[in-house]
Amino acid sequence: MGPGSNMKDRTAARHTLTHLFIIALGLLMIYPVLWMIVSSFKPNNMIFSDPGLIPKAVTLDNYISGWKGYAGVSFGRFFINSLLMCAGAVIGNLIACTMAAYAFARLKFAGRNFWFAVMLVTLMLPGHVTTVPRYILFNTFGWVGTYLPIIVPKFLATDAFFVFLLVQFMRSLPKEIEEAAIIDGCGKVGVLTRIIVPLSTPALVTVALFTFLWTWDDFFNHLLYLTNPAIFSVSRALRTFVGDAGAVSNWGGALAMSTLAMLPAFILFFTLQKYFVQGIATTGIKG
Amino acid sequence: MTSTGLVNEPGVVARKKSGIVKFLRRDGVAYMFLAPWLLGFFVLTVYPMAYSLWLGFTNYDFTQPNSTQWIGIANYLKMFGPVFGLSNFTASTGEVMRVDPYYMKSLSVTFTYVLVSVPLKLIFALAVAVLMNQKLRGVSFYRSVYYIPTLLGGSVAIAVLWRKLFEKEGLLNGLLGAIGFTNLPGWITNPKFALWTLILLTVWQFGSSMIIFLAGLKQIPQEYYEAASVDGASKTRQFFSITLPLLSPVILFTLVLQTITTFQAFTQAYIIGGGGGGVLNSTLFYTLHLYIQGWQYHEMGYASAMAWVLLIIIGVFTAIVFKSSNLWVSYGTGE
Repeated sequence: MGPGSNMKDRTAARHTLTHLFIIALGLLMIYPVLWMIVSSFKPNNMIFSDPGLIPKAVTLDNYISGWKGYAGVSFGRFFINSLLMCAGAVIGNLIACTMAAYAFARLKFAGRNFWFAVMLVTLMLPGHVTTVPRYILFNTFGWVGTYLPIIVPKFLATDAFFVFLLVQFMRSLPKEIEEAAIIDGCGKVGVLTRIIVPLSTPALVTVALFTFLWTWDDFFNHLLYLTNPAIFSVSRALRTFVGDAGAVSNWGGALAMSTLAMLPAFILFFTLQKYFVQGIATTGIKG
Repeated sequence: MTSTGLVNEPGVVARKKSGIVKFLRRDGVAYMFLAPWLLGFFVLTVYPMAYSLWLGFTNYDFTQPNSTQWIGIANYLKMFGPVFGLSNFTASTGEVMRVDPYYMKSLSVTFTYVLVSVPLKLIFALAVAVLMNQKLRGVSFYRSVYYIPTLLGGSVAIAVLWRKLFEKEGLLNGLLGAIGFTNLPGWITNPKFALWTLILLTVWQFGSSMIIFLAGLKQIPQEYYEAASVDGASKTRQFFSITLPLLSPVILFTLVLQTITTFQAFTQAYIIGGGGGGVLNSTLFYTLHLYIQGWQYHEMGYASAMAWVLLIIIGVFTAIVFKSSNLWVSYGTGE
């Protein structure tokens, strides 16, 4: 055995150790989530006596009791509410952020640098400073108790993060195709819809993805504006499982509905993984 | 456009005459694309900020907006009065007001939360990123697994789960009981531990910082490490002399973003505290206190003042981090 193969052995051993360590830590990290999923299928009286991941008895009772929902409104309704609201938010962000990003990235106009700097500042602005006046404003419009306070701001590109992400992406696109199209008589709108948008698909998927997830998971705005059980979102409805005193009567139902609430995030994550990594790595998206 | 200038001499002159026409012709289209963002900026950012600055000096009550009065700095005295030993004071309206007995508590809870969880989160993220930045099989799978807590972490569902893990009859005590521990506390209902369960929840979500660090580590040329190895530098030495300095701009960026986000945390504290600040207000986050003042007590003038103080605190923190970056961030110009 030469010194070379000895070193190979040591590297292999070190790699195995690293693997074992990463796997062990990873298991520890996702154990609570796995336990939640498994426990949602356990009979209510066995949930806490059993910290293991293999249920001794399997039942769908928790899903049936949880699905009944709150104040006569079922979780089915809450899911439809959340999906519609998220769809509105995604459409709004895609249209408005793309328009703003196109102007910043590809058009020359007086004041561009100034407005771009302003946009970067709003990126850092803590949202809570506008919360009270926005609430008063939306209340004057009669919008409290509707989805409008959540959806309309998206049509006004208030998520500067996404404008920034799209600007970065559009700046990297080659100028030549665009110039050729302009020579062929294509207007600015045509350039945007026929050239920039198709080329920006990866970035637009990232925008749609995170808009969906953040709107789905948001709680603060849902708490302020979704004031009546018929229009509750999933996250607003889940809160009713944890009462004001923090007492929970139906833990099985709470865990079952929480598991269902996480389903869209899981599905999107595992089907669109590369867009996640792209989005996070390029803009440092929160979390 | 400019190439046709010679041919259209009269047109050029006409455009020069009227600034507005020139502006519309040249920049109108761009501003049309920018219009939704501009409208949002003025209606949903500039106006609300100015409005809330004004509200902060009034006693605006959401249920009776018509009796709004200018009360000067009373809202700010309400917050910081206890620092000067005040418990009551007379506002400019002649009304005797009580200071807010919980404001300072919410401030210290939030500072503890931010100052502990942000550095811990970044340290974890960096350690795991370095560990994964090797030629290992399955790294992208591991990366996904480690990202799952971040993917779900901010949701109400996870906050509900967290309650269940750390309650007196919860999973953790079940596990500890199984290995023989007795007399275990309810971690969430015990004011000594409640905030730490929230810190743990936050640190648990180091996934996106890890992905950012991993992307940054991939940018560091392998030759630097090879050269250092040849010179006999140990792995630890390489980490402190190569990895950390070259990654420092990315760390700065992540630190700033995480600090801003963490100061504004709300959902987890609200759910775990059952809609309040928990036992003895041990988890009374700043934004939670703001919500309770504004929406449960309808003290929206006071809530606005609180929001402005938060803005200033975050601004000062960000400035400090940026200032300190001279000392520890290296924008390497090659070598």
